[in-house]
Amino acid sequence: MAARGSRWNRFSVLRALREVAHYGVVALFAFFAAFPFLWMLITTFKQTRDLLNRGNNPFLYNEPATIENLRVLFFETQFAQWMWNTAFVGLLVVVITLALALPAGYSLARLTGRWGESLGIGIFLTYLVPPTLLFIPLSRVVANLGLQDSLWSLVLVYPSITVPFSTWLLMGFFKAIPRDLEEAAMIDGLSRFGAFVKIIVPISIAGILTVVIFTFTLVMQEFVYALTFITSSADFTISVGVPTFLVRGDVYFWGSLMAACFIASVPIAILYNLFVDRFIAGFTVGAVK
Amino acid sequence: MATVETIGIRKHFGDVVALDGVDLESKEGEFLVLLGPSGCGKTTLLRIIAGLEQPSAGDVMIGRLVVNHLPPRARHIAMVFQSYALYPHKSVFGNIAFPLKAQGMPKAERAKKVEWAATMFGIERLLGRKPRELSGGERQRVALARAMVREPNVFLLDEPLSNLDAKLRTSARNELLQFQRSVGTTTIYVTHDQVEAMGMGDRIAVMHQGKLRQLGTPQEIYDEPNDTFVAGFLGSPSMNLVEREDVIVGFRPETFLPRALSTAPRNASVRFQVRLLRVESLGSDRLLYGVLRGPSGEQQVIAKLSSTVPLPVHPGETEEFVIATRDLRFFDRDTGLRTQARSFSL
Repeated sequence: MAARGSRWNRFSVLRALREVAHYGVVALFAFFAAFPFLWMLITTFKQTRDLLNRGNNPFLYNEPATIENLRVLFFETQFAQWMWNTAFVGLLVVVITLALALPAGYSLARLTGRWGESLGIGIFLTYLVPPTLLFIPLSRVVANLGLQDSLWSLVLVYPSITVPFSTWLLMGFFKAIPRDLEEAAMIDGLSRFGAFVKIIVPISIAGILTVVIFTFTLVMQEFVYALTFITSSADFTISVGVPTFLVRGDVYFWGSLMAACFIASVPIAILYNLFVDRFIAGFTVGAVK
Repeated sequence: MATVETIGIRKHFGDVVALDGVDLESKEGEFLVLLGPSGCGKTTLLRIIAGLEQPSAGDVMIGRLVVNHLPPRARHIAMVFQSYALYPHKSVFGNIAFPLKAQGMPKAERAKKVEWAATMFGIERLLGRKPRELSGGERQRVALARAMVREPNVFLLDEPLSNLDAKLRTSARNELLQFQRSVGTTTIYVTHDQVEAMGMGDRIAVMHQGKLRQLGTPQEIYDEPNDTFVAGFLGSPSMNLVEREDVIVGFRPETFLPRALSTAPRNASVRFQVRLLRVESLGSDRLLYGVLRGPSGEQQVIAKLSSTVPLPVHPGETEEFVIATRDLRFFDRDTGLRTQARSFSL
């Protein structure tokens, strides 16, 4: 009995250790992911003097918290305007991307026969050309169209990055949907386009969400085009406006910088978390089916 | 109600000929089975009738009208796919109501029709569920209900029972047949399962390599096969085909009996010496595997005996087997086509 008891104990100890290790690893990753947000949040409310004193603990408020950094951000820069600009460009680019990539992805998946695959890869390859190479010729295009120093230049140029990737992603998605479904819908009384809108699009909602999030994130973080095509501060997007106005020479307005980053990144982080399952499904469909 | 007719349908995919001139005519309200091995073109023919494929040549007529140029939605047909193709994002109700909604039927009327169709297949209590929450048998019923809810002129069924397990398949077969009889809609049913075909079809169209080999009632196809392919494809085990001179002699295993069991008179029967290799018991039947020696070497033959009669022969021995002359079928050795009865040397 005694031997048996000790064996049981050994097993339960092992199991407990495994649990601890399991949660330990998860906690480590969670902390790793959340830490930048935490630091941004702490720094936002710190006085500059507190920040710059090397003797202070960076995680604690050694001097009273302040909202001065937020005041600077909102009242001494055009941060609200930049947010609006970013949302405006983001929304339009999402609409343009979906309007082009949905039909393109569907056609490549269904209607082009064996050329579809190679065409799809060809389209994806254009996504790999870096913006740092393209911005010079594109700035000529933008200038010729008379769009320099206008948000519309970004609305025009960003889809050149988002459409190829989204087309390729949606193509994989549509391929994973059995043809029978559209054919059943076509027999049940719809045209091919009707079947696409009423059956294929609702089923592909995970892929569409993936495209929306990818596109919007890209617009928020893109720097090279936004810097080269826009010169007046009222038309800046967040990614250009914030470093331009909050880094002056070698003076960093750390508190306001962190506040700006926090405010800009939290909505995206929440969006990611809400749709994380569908987002993962969006990237793995076709790979596992 | 309508008949379906195909006239000289040809279809090729690149160099591959899928259909090579198929002429087929269904009768009003008939249950017509397209039977053949995989790759014989039966599903392609069904898809051409549905309008999901365009024929390379030939005409499709539904209700005496050429429908070649009509899209699937304008042909007043319904189709049940092998995968059932239920819309995964819609409830069972949404699935069944879908064709009615596409027609623009008002909501109240739609609900009534859906209810009627669901009752017909005993799936009223499933109306709120999503397809992924259903069993295979339930999905199949939903697919049938969706197909019949708008009372089409023609039903097209593409192996609708092949995803069910064997036991369920038998009961589903009965239900499907009863349902078809009650609505009387012309039905074209594709299968590679000869038992299904024999049991369900008013007539069977046997297809092979893109051609229609024979069209007839199950009994006609079984008793009077047009060629060696049909003879060999139907029946389990299939017809024995034995080469003699320039002719192939065919006989069904159940007509091939040990002498002690045969009642055929001597002048109206043929006798073979068969070396019995092995006896296989299938419960209700026994299969006797043997070889018979002919001019061109030994040939495998199979006899089928009911388990209820005592076995008068033993493996390893050579026995005399008898076939009544009326049970012999003759085929041309070169073309494989049926020929006149004739005498031949054993």
